[in-house]
Amino acid sequence: MALILDHVTYEYGSGTELLVRAVNDVSLVIPDGQFIGLIGHTGSGKSTLVQHLNALLKPTSGNIYYNGEDIHDKDFSKKKLRSKVGLVFQYPEHQLFETDVFADVCFGPKNLGLDRKEVELRAFEALKQVGLPDEYFYQSPFDLSGGQKRRAAIAGVLAMKPEVLILDEPTAGLDPKGRDEILGLVASIRKERGITVILVSHSMDDVAEYVDRIIVMNRGSICYDDEPRQVFAHKEELESMGLSVPQVTDVMYALKRSGWAVDTGAITIEEAKRAILDCL
Amino acid sequence: MKIVKTKDLVFDYIRRDEEGNVEGITTAVDHVDLEVEPGDFIAILGHNGSGKSTLAKHLNAILMPTEGTVWVDGMDTEDKEKLWEIRQRAGMVFQNPDNQIIGQVVEEDVGFGPENMGVPTKEIWERVEESLKAVGMYEYRKFAPNKLSGGQKQRVSIAGVLAMHPKCIVLDEPTAMLDPGGRREVIRAVRALNDVERVTVILITHYMEEIIYADKVFVMDSGKIAMQGTPREVFSEVEKLKELRLDVPKVTLLAHELKKSGLALPSGILTVKELTDALSSQKAGR
Amino acid sequence: MLKDITLGQYYQTDSVIHRLDPRVKLAATMLYICSLVAVDQAGGYVAAVLFLAAVIRLSHVPFRFMVRGMRSILFLLVLTFVMNLFMIKGEVIFAFWKLTISREGVDMAVKMAVRLSLLIIGSSVMTLTTTPNNLMDGMEKALKPLQKVRVPVHEIAMMMSISLRFIPMLLEKTDRIMKAQMARGASFDEGNILKKAKSMVPLLVPLFVSSFQIADDLSMAMENRCYRGGEGRTKMKPLHYEKRDYIAYLVLAAYFVLCITVGRIVRWGRIF
Repeated sequence: MALILDHVTYEYGSGTELLVRAVNDVSLVIPDGQFIGLIGHTGSGKSTLVQHLNALLKPTSGNIYYNGEDIHDKDFSKKKLRSKVGLVFQYPEHQLFETDVFADVCFGPKNLGLDRKEVELRAFEALKQVGLPDEYFYQSPFDLSGGQKRRAAIAGVLAMKPEVLILDEPTAGLDPKGRDEILGLVASIRKERGITVILVSHSMDDVAEYVDRIIVMNRGSICYDDEPRQVFAHKEELESMGLSVPQVTDVMYALKRSGWAVDTGAITIEEAKRAILDCL
Repeated sequence: MKIVKTKDLVFDYIRRDEEGNVEGITTAVDHVDLEVEPGDFIAILGHNGSGKSTLAKHLNAILMPTEGTVWVDGMDTEDKEKLWEIRQRAGMVFQNPDNQIIGQVVEEDVGFGPENMGVPTKEIWERVEESLKAVGMYEYRKFAPNKLSGGQKQRVSIAGVLAMHPKCIVLDEPTAMLDPGGRREVIRAVRALNDVERVTVILITHYMEEIIYADKVFVMDSGKIAMQGTPREVFSEVEKLKELRLDVPKVTLLAHELKKSGLALPSGILTVKELTDALSSQKAGR
Repeated sequence: MLKDITLGQYYQTDSVIHRLDPRVKLAATMLYICSLVAVDQAGGYVAAVLFLAAVIRLSHVPFRFMVRGMRSILFLLVLTFVMNLFMIKGEVIFAFWKLTISREGVDMAVKMAVRLSLLIIGSSVMTLTTTPNNLMDGMEKALKPLQKVRVPVHEIAMMMSISLRFIPMLLEKTDRIMKAQMARGASFDEGNILKKAKSMVPLLVPLFVSSFQIADDLSMAMENRCYRGGEGRTKMKPLHYEKRDYIAYLVLAAYFVLCITVGRIVRWGRIF
């Protein structure tokens, strides 16, 4: 029971001089319940890749399987897939359109053809889970602050009860506190619902503390796919791709270079502090 | 003379209901006094909604003060006769890279300001060339803006302001929508303007690592200036910054934590190198 | 992907046609269209084809790009051909059931098809060799006299060129919003017309909201760069006629006279 990508390639602009291979021969297995960070700089193909997972884009070649079924099979329901694999786009607040927040969150479950009671129940649960205060439920989504709009938009996808939740740069444009709040929210959703979460980001610092696995993309291909500590060991290579390791890891490597016998695996400040104090 | 000066600046946003009755007043800028010397690199920090963008929009007469006065290069922004002169002296770069490029080709966009000012054709070309070179975008002069990355677009916007030969550039969160690579290239271009062209820079941001090079930092919170000083002075107050919803660089946080557990480190550590050097001298001392 | 659609289909290369003043190209296109409508003799069409071929050759734009514009009007082309073929009454040369084809019908059908094809290819030459901006500049300058009768020529030209700049962006936004709503289970191609129209709401509302946001940001950015209408404005790329432009006008006049002469005045007899 998982998402499987088998040699997926996606090209666009064919027939013109500007053929772009946005995703290049990607094979992946995404088992249930994993928390994954998908990292790459702008234009690395990460956003294009995730749009394949809920069949918004069709690969030029290769196959994608959800629970063993080919998602581009004729009798496979794309609508059902999209309810199971929820995708929150970058700047998701740009998709809000209803007259009030609650109605907007109902849009997804309503499209699934559920009865009204179930739709409203799900919308209510989702809004509660993203921590939007009750007094905003019946306000126009356009009157909310940036951070609140984003929560409402995430609730709109959550209300479909996805088994896989993909968030494309969920923290873009937020201030640091807003960023930490959204990341904390994602972690709590994943803990409470036990679902698979794929967090797409260009920042290692954003994902390092939370995820079980990091997939690094560069120029449409996967370069690293491992647990965070292992990936951060490739500091130089990551930097040449325009990425960076978490600053804390950077400190540990710098200390090691100047002759300290520290463990370079530290990711959080707490870990780093202990490692440094142990050394002294 | 100060290049930018505000005195008791207050700005109220007035919300009205459908009939036009006043529903509520939000004071976005609350008695701010700001003085900027020519050639300085100033950073204004604050979380979303702290009033920093509202303040910025006063500096080139997009907004007018509810109370108090703003002077740009000695001119009162409420003096309507001086409006265009003020906008030429203090240029502004905005947050969204897509919504501020007017031309369909990079060079035409950079020429837009000088065209409006009535600069002769030959001089427009000279200004476009020198401005694009100053931000390192000269090779892209024939490109369509939608073929550029976010960081490149912002550099084009900076060149567009530079071509108007301003004395001061106000950048309103120019990097908020960029990835780390784009952020670095924009900040590098901004520093070059200040160092090489001696243009006064007022950088508004919520990223702490961008203000390390500033001469002076102002931290805003609920419309007021909550802290001010050199970057080091500001960074040494970690607890206060956290309270103001700001992000302290992880190295600074780590140094702060180590200090709390008894290490004698200097306060306000800003870079990885500073921390490792300080730690190494600690170790040697033991 | 939607964002790869380039509007105005400009083909980037360097040629004498590319370098011509846009006003010359505007005038040429208009005169060319007039000549196509005016002539009714084979000689005129031969002249038009030869003229077009020469211009295409000079433009360095591959011929397949010219024909690309034809694809979208192929249906229209076939339709006019068939309509003319069967509808025009005259000397019957072919009859089947209730359908008759007349000599005049064939004549008109061929003529219209040739006219239409030449027209489309001819105007593609202009859009392929002139950037939309350049074209707008040309129109602004050519229509300048209208400013005296209070037609806001500069403002219209500025509006047009800004729209052109933002169309690719709005297309991209449309694509994104559509996908975001599809990710929430929306479908845009199901049901009858009423249902389809209703399904556009989740697309159109966000699109309007972002368009207003863009307009707001843009007007601020323009004011910030001292934009205050056309008055006192200088041009970075002012339009000047050069020697080649005068030559082009002469060539154009010669073509027009020749085309009308062989296509209207000299009688070569009917085609069929």
